Amino acid sequence: MRYTKAIVISLLTVLLIWGLNRPWGGIPAFGPLLSPFVGFWQNAESTSVSDEEIAIQGTQAPVTVLIDDKGVPHVFAQNDHDLFFAQGYLTARDRLWQMEFQTHAAAGRVSELVGDRALELDRYNRHMGMGYGAEQTLKGMQADPASKVALDAYTAGVNAWIDQLSPAKYPIEYKLLGYAPESWTPLKCALLLKQMTSTLASGADDLLMTNILRKYGSVITADLFPDYPTLEDPIIPAGTPWNFKPVSSRPSPPNDTTVNDMITWFTAGFRRPNPEIGSNNWAVGSSKSATGHPILANDPHLTLSLPSIWYQMQLVSPTVNVYGATLPGAPNVIIGFNKDVAWGVTNVGADVLDFYTVKFKDATHREYWHDNKWKPTRARIEVIKVKGKPDVVDTVFYTHHGPVVYLPGAKAFRKNIPIGYAARWIAHESSNDLACFYGLNRAKNFDDYRKALALYVAPAQNFIFASNQNDIAISPNGRFPMKWMDQGKFLLDGTDPADDWQGFIPADQNPLVKNPPRGFVSSANQFSTDRTYPYYLNWQFAPAERGRRINQRLTAMQHATVDSLRMLQNDNFNLRAADALPVMLPNIDVSRLNADQKKALVSLKAWKMNNDVSETGATVFSEWTQRLLEAIWADEFDMGDSLPMRNPTFDRTLTMMQRDPEARWFDNVKTPAHERMTDVLTQSFQAACDTLAKKHGVFGSSWAWGPHKSTSIRHLLPGVDAFSALNVQIGGGSGIVNATSERAGPSWRMVVALGAQPKAYGVFPGGQSGNPGSPHYQDLLETWRTGQLNELLYLQTAQDKTPRIKQKLVLK
Amino acid sequence: MIQIILIAILSLLAQLILPWWSLAVVAFLVCLWRSPSAGQAFFAGFYGVAFVWLAYAVMLHLRTDGIFTGRMGELLFKTNSPILPGLVTAIVGGLVGGLAGLSGYFVRQVTQNQITARS
Repeated sequence: MRYTKAIVISLLTVLLIWGLNRPWGGIPAFGPLLSPFVGFWQNAESTSVSDEEIAIQGTQAPVTVLIDDKGVPHVFAQNDHDLFFAQGYLTARDRLWQMEFQTHAAAGRVSELVGDRALELDRYNRHMGMGYGAEQTLKGMQADPASKVALDAYTAGVNAWIDQLSPAKYPIEYKLLGYAPESWTPLKCALLLKQMTSTLASGADDLLMTNILRKYGSVITADLFPDYPTLEDPIIPAGTPWNFKPVSSRPSPPNDTTVNDMITWFTAGFRRPNPEIGSNNWAVGSSKSATGHPILANDPHLTLSLPSIWYQMQLVSPTVNVYGATLPGAPNVIIGFNKDVAWGVTNVGADVLDFYTVKFKDATHREYWHDNKWKPTRARIEVIKVKGKPDVVDTVFYTHHGPVVYLPGAKAFRKNIPIGYAARWIAHESSNDLACFYGLNRAKNFDDYRKALALYVAPAQNFIFASNQNDIAISPNGRFPMKWMDQGKFLLDGTDPADDWQGFIPADQNPLVKNPPRGFVSSANQFSTDRTYPYYLNWQFAPAERGRRINQRLTAMQHATVDSLRMLQNDNFNLRAADALPVMLPNIDVSRLNADQKKALVSLKAWKMNNDVSETGATVFSEWTQRLLEAIWADEFDMGDSLPMRNPTFDRTLTMMQRDPEARWFDNVKTPAHERMTDVLTQSFQAACDTLAKKHGVFGSSWAWGPHKSTSIRHLLPGVDAFSALNVQIGGGSGIVNATSERAGPSWRMVVALGAQPKAYGVFPGGQSGNPGSPHYQDLLETWRTGQLNELLYLQTAQDKTPRIKQKLVLK
Repeated sequence: MIQIILIAILSLLAQLILPWWSLAVVAFLVCLWRSPSAGQAFFAGFYGVAFVWLAYAVMLHLRTDGIFTGRMGELLFKTNSPILPGLVTAIVGGLVGGLAGLSGYFVRQVTQNQITARS
């Protein structure tokens, strides 16, 4: 009996410890998580800090780091090696989990952490050649000695942080998921840059457009999907002369301009990029600014997340003194300023991803047909580790175009990925984008800016520039494939060399404008140029409303200050509504509306067309336009997964409402009645009101834009609401200069006034620390939400005295 | 009482260098060495460990202005209050310590029995 009790109780104890020491499905191991010695309690950070001297292997001389009241490190190093070492070390100190997780995702390694529910995501990233592209980029970066120093020192810095980290001090996400950080490598820096290219430059409507062409023919396709919008105000002001002689051997389209017969009907389409990802930047010249020197503003829009996407730093060495937003995982400042210049970026929607048919010789996929010959494919083996399961081994075949994303007969991750197609993607090019940022960080004038830009490949950006020599400039810049008109608007024939990319546009012939007569430069992802640019970039870009609105306001602006540019960043005017309501409102049949719908209509008519938090008009307009586009186009262009297509743009729809109110497209072919424009407008308005009433109750303040939009900034791990900022009350929206939509928005706002000394301001939605247990996890959020900016502390030396410095670290 | 103090001090020292479950080894050994009854063994382990876990947790909570406790409460228990994370921490630690102490007592009974039987 005594034996039994002793054995049973001891076993029970061991069982309890075992049960608490391991995760159960998605539930973390509670023992180590709750232990105050190693668990989550250890992740809470004190609000008071003290100076530290940190003994560390890897620096060549002591590095002084001053950390300010917002948690921004100001690094003073005695050489560039130590500067990048410290950048890696400090970034890891605040953002280790985020930087590793993002590179794991890019590399297709999420299954390692969460099991086979991420398998198809991993497979997709690997089949798109993310790892292959990162290896190509790494080669390009390592070929340049300065970039190699930066990469290796940054890597050593990250690893110096990881090496001294005890499990008790692992970021909370490791504790929740139950794994440990691994060593950083230069390849991870490359993977991070690929992730950016994947986010910003993986748009491809080729398949959807091909399906439309097949179904409706070339006349209708050209009419509904024109190569230039009605309302546009391009980045390079229309009429700007091109100061270069275009390459004479520009490619021309193959004679057979109809769709190649090899291209069969598709039951698939390609993932479309999030249309709300875009950005604004502008710079006013000395003639428009109150200071007599240029002022530059930039706000890149991305899917907002926590930990914050950007990490602020000031980097000082004998070669540089730069401040700005860095990407955790990449050396250098990406968007920022130094004593002489400031620069920023917005995305260029050039078509740099195309899909080619592949004709394999046989089921071994070893050879494919191109240029009337059988050519060998290259096989790349992808081994995907899966938590709790055996490894998954995949072979991806590469033609000279790129990887065949899915082999014929395979099942796609998203039902709409083209099966049996090779992807030609700029992300697979060898490149050294680091060198561009290295150059910009150290740029002193316009010439340095031009030299730096020539080194940049992808994702193509509108690089805006201003200097205290009173130059302003902007250039849609990256490596653009040389294409014939509309090449890649539709799927391409992978057997025909005429369909291949024909080299690249020379870097010095990328669009550029310097000191235009209008006194400002700007971009908001719209068309890069007017139609006189001698090369083809794409047939579509982001809708023009943001760009047009920015240009309207900058044209009217005189004596611009930092504050007037800040106000423009927060501009909530809905230009789409101003364009469209004059056509939409008079054509609605009021007699068919019920009492509640009439109230909504009254509020819409009274609306000043600002997407402010308390406006109901913004909610009604947004829902109405969505319903309207569906009502006009869904009957012809939404056939579900059986034949994925897309709608014409809002610009094209508006043009039709203005110029062709009797167009056949207004009729819903699925109903016996013959609908006209009035019917469609009225019905879609009713449907919009009904949807809103279902969601928010009868018309009233519950329909206001802020609560309706309910912007959320979510932690990178799905479902972790406790570490997210939900229902953030802020105005703006998609297509608004203040581009804060439900999930995306300004991920960094910066305004820099140049002069003898720069005065700079900035904020992002979140905070410097990636640790939810830090006072700096989201301490900048409220400043961002209310449209304010913090002054960015630009120090000259490590001895500068300012009350904003809260902590001094010395690495030696 | 001496057991509670011993378990608290020794488990604290053990956990500074060893894995979290070293607290169970400590509670087991202390109760193996001396424990008058099953109930006292359990509560010695329970209180000894729960006190250390709770005190350390409260200290970390206070030192950091409780920044994180509420968020973890929300994540683990869907309530933004520091009480529940603290309570659950103390109970989980206490249970492991208590059961380990109880095991120590019963194993002691077996060995003492053998000693008695032999003599």
